[in-house]
Amino acid sequence: MSYCRSEGKDGKDKIIFATAEDHATESTVKLPEPEESPGLILPNGEINWNCPCLGGMATGPCGVEFREAFSCFHVSEADPKGSDCIEAFATMQECMLKYPEIYDKKSEGRDGDDEEEDPMDKLAAESSASKTQNSDEKPAQQDAKKD
Amino acid sequence: MVVGGQIFQFGRALARTKECIRIFNLRKYDRGYLPAVRLYASSSSGGGKQDKSGSNEGSSTAKIIAGVAVTAATAALVYKSGIFEPSGPDTPKKVRKTAQPRVRTRPPVVKVPADAANIPSQVPYLLIGGGTASFAAFRAIKSRDPKAKVLVVTEEGHLPYMRPPLSKELWFNDDKEATKNLRFKQWNGKERSLFFEPEQFYCKVEELESRENGGVAVASGWKVERLDLAEKKAILAGGKEIQYEKCLIATGGKPKSLSVFEKASSEVKNRVTLFRGIDDFKELDEVASGAQSIVVVGGGFLGSELVCALAKKSKTMGNHPKIIQVYPEKGNMGKVLPEYLSQWTTNKVRHEGVEVVPEAFVTGVSQESGKLVLKLNNGETIKTDHAIVAVGLEPNTQLANTSGLEVHEELGGFLVNAELEARSNLWVAGDCACFFDIKLGRRRVEHHDHAVVSGRLAGENMTGAGKPYWHQSMFWSDLGPDVGYEAIGIVDATLPTVGVFAKATEADTPKAAVEASGEGDRAQAEMEAENAAPVKPATQEQAHGPKEGEDYGKGVIFYLRDDIVVGIVLWNVFNRMSVARQVIKEGKKFEDLNEVAKLFNIHGE
Repeated sequence: MSYCRSEGKDGKDKIIFATAEDHATESTVKLPEPEESPGLILPNGEINWNCPCLGGMATGPCGVEFREAFSCFHVSEADPKGSDCIEAFATMQECMLKYPEIYDKKSEGRDGDDEEEDPMDKLAAESSASKTQNSDEKPAQQDAKKD
Repeated sequence: MVVGGQIFQFGRALARTKECIRIFNLRKYDRGYLPAVRLYASSSSGGGKQDKSGSNEGSSTAKIIAGVAVTAATAALVYKSGIFEPSGPDTPKKVRKTAQPRVRTRPPVVKVPADAANIPSQVPYLLIGGGTASFAAFRAIKSRDPKAKVLVVTEEGHLPYMRPPLSKELWFNDDKEATKNLRFKQWNGKERSLFFEPEQFYCKVEELESRENGGVAVASGWKVERLDLAEKKAILAGGKEIQYEKCLIATGGKPKSLSVFEKASSEVKNRVTLFRGIDDFKELDEVASGAQSIVVVGGGFLGSELVCALAKKSKTMGNHPKIIQVYPEKGNMGKVLPEYLSQWTTNKVRHEGVEVVPEAFVTGVSQESGKLVLKLNNGETIKTDHAIVAVGLEPNTQLANTSGLEVHEELGGFLVNAELEARSNLWVAGDCACFFDIKLGRRRVEHHDHAVVSGRLAGENMTGAGKPYWHQSMFWSDLGPDVGYEAIGIVDATLPTVGVFAKATEADTPKAAVEASGEGDRAQAEMEAENAAPVKPATQEQAHGPKEGEDYGKGVIFYLRDDIVVGIVLWNVFNRMSVARQVIKEGKKFEDLNEVAKLFNIHGE
C-alpha cells in the first residue's frame, strides 16, 4: 500500500512511497498528445534542413552543395530517382573531399545513436516515399525535435 | 533482475544518448579534433586570476631564484610528485625543473587573426562570445540562411566547446592521450571531442567576406568593448569597428570567487582554481596527478560533480589524493533538492569516498610549506595541496555599461524579452540572458541545454523566425554510480515539493548493472543491455515497503508554485523527459500528484 509522509520546514516536502501495484492502475490524468515535430520532410513537402537527423550536414562548409544535391534528388522524377542529379552530387563530393575531418565517414565510422540510419539513406528513403507523409521517427525522437 | 538491471542501464544510456544527440546534434560530425595551435586562454576567461604572474620569461626567472630558498622537504615532495616530467620543449613549465614552489602560469591568449586589419569591417551576423549558445546560434543561422557569413568574436583562445564533460566524462578516461586531446567517451561508448566542430569546419576570418557560400569564422583573443546600437557597430579593444546587421551577445559568465581568496597572497592564489573552462580543467588534472589532497569549495552542481569525479579518479591513482568538499548548505545540492533528498545525496557522495564538510565556509587562508591552510568557521583547519572554487557564476554583462543595455538587478544578466531581444537587431542567449519565460516567468538559467535551446532560438530569430522561448530546457547531473537525475523547469529547494518514490531494487543501479554483466566496463554492459529483451513494469512481488537507508532509489519530484507544477526532477528514472516537459507545459493544478506520477512509470523501465 502506498503511504505518505511530510518532511522539511513546516512539512512543505511531501513524500509518497508508491507501490508498483498502486502505479499499475491507469492514471486519472490525461496529458495532451505531444506536439508532432516535423521530421525530415515538412508537411508542405519540402526538406526540413533543421532536422537533427541531418546533424551538421546542411550547415557545414559544404552545406550549400549538400542542399543543392539533395533538393535535386528530392524533386527528381527520373528513373532511377536522382539519376539526373549526377552533376550536383559530384560537386558536393568534390567539396567534401576538401574537408576530410568533417565528412570522411570511412576513417571514423559513425558516432551517435547506432539506431539511426545514415541520414543520406534516410533522406533517400523518405524522399522516395509519399511526400505528404511525415517521417517515421521513433517516439523518443519526438523529444529531440524542436518546435 | 540481471536483465532488469541491464535494461535500466540501457535505458539510461539510451535516454542520455538521445538527449546528448539532441543537445550536441551528434552525427557524422563527431570527428577527432586535435587541440588548436592557439595557446591557452589567459585570465580573462578563467576569471579571478588577474594577479597571477604572466608567462613572460622575466617573471619565471625571478621565481626560480626565489624558489631555490624553499625547504628541502617541499622540494622533495614536489619533485617526487612527478609533476615536473618534461611536457614539451616550448611550455613554460619546463623552466620549473629545479625544486621550487609550483608556479601556475598561463600564457596570454594569442590573437587570431593577429592583425585587426584582417577582421572584416562589416558582417551580416556578429556573435559575441564563442561558447555553447554561440555554437547553437550559428548552427541555426546556417540552417535557415545557408550562405550566411557569421563572425564569432571571443576573448577565449579556444574554438567553441562544451562544458559538461569537464566535470564528468573527461575524468573517466582510461587513456591519458584522450584526456590530453580533450576527447571523452559518451554514454554509448563512442569517443568524441570536447569541441563542437573540428577546426576545418570554420573558415579563416580574413576569408569570410569573399566566400561565396559564406561560413563561420572565429576571431579569438579579441574583445568587444562597446556596441553602438544606433549605428549597428561593434567596437573592439584597440579600436577596430565591425558593422553588423544582426548581433548576438552570448558572453556567458565568469566563475564567482570568495573575498577570502581574492584578498590572499599570490602564493595562495597559485593553489586556487576558479573552475570553469578547459584551462581550469587542465590545471586541475595536472594538480590531481601529484596531490595528496584537494579541497572543493561549493556544494552545487559543479562542486558535487567535481568531487565525485575526483574521488573516483583518485582510486586509480598512485598518489590517491584525498578529496574534501566544503559548503555552507546542510547537504549537497542543498539549494536544489528538498532536504531529505539532499541528505540522501550527501551520504552517497560520502560513500564515493569524499570527505564532506557541510555548514562550513572558509574564513581564512594562508600558505605554509607549500600547502594551503584553510580555516573554517567551525574551527576546523584543513591543510591541502589545492583548492577548487565552484561557488557560482557571475554573468559577463560588462557590455551593458558601455552600450546602453539593461541588466536585471536581482537575477543578473542582460534583460531580454521572450524572443530574446534586448534591443533592435540585438539578441542575448545562454548564461548571461535574463529572459521572459512565458510559462514560468522571468528567469536566468545557467545550464548547458538552456544555452543550446536559447542559442538556437536566438539564431532562428536573427534570421527572422520571431519565435518566443517555448521549449523548456532540461539539465542533468551524475553523482557517482548510484545517483543520476534529470530535471526541468524551476527546481528550487525553497518551493514546496511532492516526491513520489519506488524502492530501487539492487539491480537498478548503474553499478549493479555493470557488476551483473560480469565486466567492469560500462560500455560493455550497455552493449549487452541493448540486446536484451524489454522488461514489463514491475509486478507486485518486486515491490516492498522502504527500508531504512533505502528510501529514495527511484522517483519523481514535483516542485510547486501556487500548487502548479513548475519543476520536475526525475530521480534515477530515465527516458521520461518528454512526459515531464508536457506536465510543465500543462501549467495547471493537479488534484493528485500521485496520479501524475503514474505517467512516469517509475517502477518499470
